[in-house]
Amino acid sequence: MDGTLPTRVNASPAPDPMDTRPFRIVRRIAEVDGCFTLHLRSLDGRPLVYQPGQFNMLYAFGVGEVAISISGDCRDLTTLVHTIREVGTVTKALAKLKVGDVVGVRGPFGRAWPIEEAYGNDILFVTGTIGLAPLRPLIHEVLHRREHFGKVVICYGSRGTDDILYEKDLHRWRGRFDLQVHVTVHSAPSGYRGRVGSVANLVKIARFDPEHTTAYVCRSETMTRPAVQALHDRGVTSDRIYVTLERNMKCGVGFCGHCQMGGSFMCKDGPVYRYDTIEDIFTVREL
Amino acid sequence: MVAIEGLGRLLAEHPFFRDMSPEVRDIVVGCCTNAHYRPGEYLFKEGGKADHFYLIRQGSVAVEVHAPGRPAVVVENIGEGDIIGWSWLVPPYVWTFDARAIEQVRAITIDGACLRNKLEANHELGYQLYQRFIPIMGRRISEARLRIVELTTDAVY
Repeated sequence: MDGTLPTRVNASPAPDPMDTRPFRIVRRIAEVDGCFTLHLRSLDGRPLVYQPGQFNMLYAFGVGEVAISISGDCRDLTTLVHTIREVGTVTKALAKLKVGDVVGVRGPFGRAWPIEEAYGNDILFVTGTIGLAPLRPLIHEVLHRREHFGKVVICYGSRGTDDILYEKDLHRWRGRFDLQVHVTVHSAPSGYRGRVGSVANLVKIARFDPEHTTAYVCRSETMTRPAVQALHDRGVTSDRIYVTLERNMKCGVGFCGHCQMGGSFMCKDGPVYRYDTIEDIFTVREL
Repeated sequence: MVAIEGLGRLLAEHPFFRDMSPEVRDIVVGCCTNAHYRPGEYLFKEGGKADHFYLIRQGSVAVEVHAPGRPAVVVENIGEGDIIGWSWLVPPYVWTFDARAIEQVRAITIDGACLRNKLEANHELGYQLYQRFIPIMGRRISEARLRIVELTTDAVY
């Protein structure tokens, strides 16, 4: 399969960014490590068109909104997929919802992962735990356009052997002949035959051409640094590394300033950044 | 003699010793033996005398921590081209973890006691060896610290 997305959406806010649309939960999947996935369908019949890497503001009625990355296949316009970790007031309220309940959705917001820029290159995904969720739409899209890329490699890390997110997807991808999938865990029971160690170690062993590789990194900011360092060690330069950052987003359109980092508003200038555009401020503690 | 020539070649092929000057590498060869471990076999155990280190040529070794009353926990895998064991460098020369082959492992075993004697007599050897060990130790400590951060914070990703 080839071509562009069903409808091109530039990195711009929704037509009315403050318009909350009702979506019904049509499926709920209990994932690992306090995570769950909601499949949503719009009540007004209009699909929500998005690009890989964008996020929505999900509204648990009467509780509040939270920014959640979109985790589905952006070519499937019938269903909106969000994987959420239950950590705060709003996500806990979302976790209690059942199939048939309704949530509010504003979006999509934010800059997407660039794809065309990587045409002709090897592709490396570096991620861990729930960081796979914002990357999954991009992985789907790269696989839809597989002929445009060289080697495609996924390096994924989880805390233990029983909290590997989207394990079925990883197994399915590993079964493909045109995809390398490396998985590591922080610790494992004795006798475990898989890899144990950091994701950075996976970058060391992955087979790709560093001079012609585009890397997409989705980790916590603390773990992004060693991942980027491992990429640098292999010879992948900062202008071919894309990272995603996370802040407390509220309005989604750069008005409120909650997600400001230096001169950048993550909700509209991010959450995806080319690393060379932010590496100077990445380790500034005050930000 | 044939065996030593073979070990010299294996040593020169391993990433840890590859760019070491041949004269210095030749000094190390005398402390080396070839080793093979079956899956499940221990290279060393916590509390044991640390008198060797290992260059992994093939296979994978699990670094395990024993918690009393609980099954052992694997905290890292060491694979082909890497080294395992630096307790032979640090008094009181006692292993602090278990190391167990998780598949067929071929390794070069280097006698730490033999090497320590040579280090005392040949500081150039010591310098070249420490130049290689310290970055690996630093990297592993740094990785371990970052993993603690990841495991103990509510990281979103």
